[in-house]
Amino acid sequence: MHERSFLVHAIVYLAAAVVCVPLASRFRLGSVLGYLAAGCLIGPFGLALVSDVDAILHFSELGVVLMLFLIGLELEPARLKAMRGAVFGGGTVQMLACGAPLVLAARAVGLPWGGAIVAGLALALSSTAIAVQTMRERGLLGAPLGKTAFGVLLFQDLAAIPLVGLVPLLSDDRGSHGGSAGLALAKVVVAVAAVVVAGRFLTRPVLRAIARTNLREVFTAFALLLVLGIAEVMELAGVSMALGAFLAGALLASSEYRHALETDIEPFKGLLMGLFFIAVGMSIDFGLLASEPVRLALLVAGFVAIKTVALVAAAGPIGVARGERPLFAALLSQGGEFAFVVFGLARAARVLPGDWDKALTLAVALSMALTPLLVLAAEMLRRRVEAGAAREADPIEAEDAPVLIAGFGRFGQIVGRLLFASGLKATVLDHDPDQIEMLRRFGFRVFYGDATRLDLLHAAGAGSARVIVNAIDDVESNLRLVDLVRSHFPQLAIVARARNVAHLYELERRGVTIIERELFESSLLAGRHALELLGVRPFEARERADKFRRHNEAMLTVLGADGGGDDSQRRARVREARGELERQFQKDVEELDRREGADWHRDDER
Amino acid sequence: MILVIQAHPYPDRSRANRALGRAIHDLDGLEIRSLYDLYPDFSIDVGAEQRALERATTVVWQHPIYWYTAPALLKLWFEKVLTPGWAYGPGGTALVGKRCLWVATAGGDESSYREGGMHGQPFEAFVPVIRQTAAFCGMRWLEPLVVDGAHRIDEAELSGLGERYRERLRELVAEEGRGEGGGDA
Repeated sequence: MHERSFLVHAIVYLAAAVVCVPLASRFRLGSVLGYLAAGCLIGPFGLALVSDVDAILHFSELGVVLMLFLIGLELEPARLKAMRGAVFGGGTVQMLACGAPLVLAARAVGLPWGGAIVAGLALALSSTAIAVQTMRERGLLGAPLGKTAFGVLLFQDLAAIPLVGLVPLLSDDRGSHGGSAGLALAKVVVAVAAVVVAGRFLTRPVLRAIARTNLREVFTAFALLLVLGIAEVMELAGVSMALGAFLAGALLASSEYRHALETDIEPFKGLLMGLFFIAVGMSIDFGLLASEPVRLALLVAGFVAIKTVALVAAAGPIGVARGERPLFAALLSQGGEFAFVVFGLARAARVLPGDWDKALTLAVALSMALTPLLVLAAEMLRRRVEAGAAREADPIEAEDAPVLIAGFGRFGQIVGRLLFASGLKATVLDHDPDQIEMLRRFGFRVFYGDATRLDLLHAAGAGSARVIVNAIDDVESNLRLVDLVRSHFPQLAIVARARNVAHLYELERRGVTIIERELFESSLLAGRHALELLGVRPFEARERADKFRRHNEAMLTVLGADGGGDDSQRRARVREARGELERQFQKDVEELDRREGADWHRDDER
Repeated sequence: MILVIQAHPYPDRSRANRALGRAIHDLDGLEIRSLYDLYPDFSIDVGAEQRALERATTVVWQHPIYWYTAPALLKLWFEKVLTPGWAYGPGGTALVGKRCLWVATAGGDESSYREGGMHGQPFEAFVPVIRQTAAFCGMRWLEPLVVDGAHRIDEAELSGLGERYRERLRELVAEEGRGEGGGDA
């Protein structure tokens, strides 16, 4: 591609996306449908602005590679353990429930057994890209339904790998591969070993060194280099790039840079996934569709219907609530991107006869376009049902950390240590790599990253946590985090650190109710000690401090209520309030003397 | 060793309490712990309190009567320090055989502590709760020192009261010195 046409292409893709995606979102159809429509629009069967669809599809598969890297990153051993029921139990049930009828149906429409097995199993896989994107847009990822669906998708990603390996075995001319099988196996073993060794022992020190330089873009560059490099090594060894990326991700899952890596890779993944959807849209062969509309309509309708019914049936045993089963089925009803890969391989290996690979690819692409519509329908159905019956209570989810602590300096640390000591898993976000390294050695779950980035909050599990302790010292960042949480994670209760009174007012203005001024309590304690040294008994000193606190808070409310007024008014009010407190203390002392030292039913004899 | 647990939130503001405190503060053989001074935030150091109790052969609870029983912090002290397995229940023998002296100051006098009086009952009616607390832990109950009418007691009576308290503790220390450890239960 020479330079000018590259630029033109980029402009075409970006413009199509910028026009179509917001439109689709606007009508609640989801961004995926927008990208697909953009692809149809600019593709060979639309405006024909782009012709080299296969090259684009291949390039944009890097989006899938990055996505699998991110999925690998999610697979922290502890999390995998907590999810193993959803992944292996749910995944197996789904693959069996969908795969078996699809294989039989493929056989029934005339495919040979080999082709039917490949086609049926490939169609049983759903699109992680579409399902996850759709769930994220609808805020379902943290919900029980989303977690189950994600578990199923994860299992599919694992199941796709042997499926890709299965295709050549079912091929009629498999003899040609036999000779170098030993060598190929050796290459795979060496490549996997290299990735494991590099991921375990080399990457973390390098990441740490780079993080310490504070050059954000170098960190990003290294993250990309890491994923693409590993993908390339695996490709050279004859293993799928996606598997390599997945492996690399899984190896870094328990590293402290997990969230930072997620955050940095995410935008690239997002753009490339968009490009991937566009390419899918472009690849929809409207010529084939026009020549055989009935066959294709039946094909799409048939496989989506079989899959939807099978998913609804499987949803019960997997533990999806009754009312949510149609939505669950709709989310996973489409064919996935792996199907494209499998059909491509199957054509090359001549497992699929005639134009079946083209027809099936087209059917999968159309099923992807159908998903947002099915999801809309399922949501309407659910609203209908919910209107009739009371909603089932959401189960309390234990697997994710219920608390996030943003900022782990002097303030956040005390909060964190108290929580940890109470056996609560807290996810800690901080941006000082040295600090993090030290804390990790003490066994804290600490992650490196800027807590005011939305994607990092997502990655850290803000969608499912219950409480966020905003312990960031910088006032501006502190408030930015509050704004983000208020608008994107309304379920999160905020415990905020306030630097000073002005900051406190800013927090209150944003609706934060639990605010601690960072020095207030320790200053009160110092004041108590001073009183004690001057002869006031400790308990009385404490009561005065308590009274002072209450009075001070009331005063802040009054002063904050009118927006302050001008400076002299404010000063006058503060002076007045202080006088009031003095009189109050005096009254208290007199009251105590009367009650403790004197008679209250006769005159004092002293 | 005699352990004196004092529980008065405003010790300097009560005349009776000041007199009692002054009377004993310089006696040998005492360990005095003033709960409201030690724990103004009500966060009692249970371990320290139990160790102090273990050192003692006689325990004195000295406090004003608030709402017919001990002040809140002493009540909390009972709840936190007298733990099962330590003070009572299986293996709870830490206090068994120790002597317990109750020193209580009440604002009302005999005329208010009687049937039909301001408090409806003679003072003896309010003793069993504290007494049984000691008994439950296996402690031996000594004849308590109850000061009533503390609100209008005059200076001469106050110093007499202090003298009585001081004498009482001196006797107990002396008994301990003779290895008797037995009181007038």
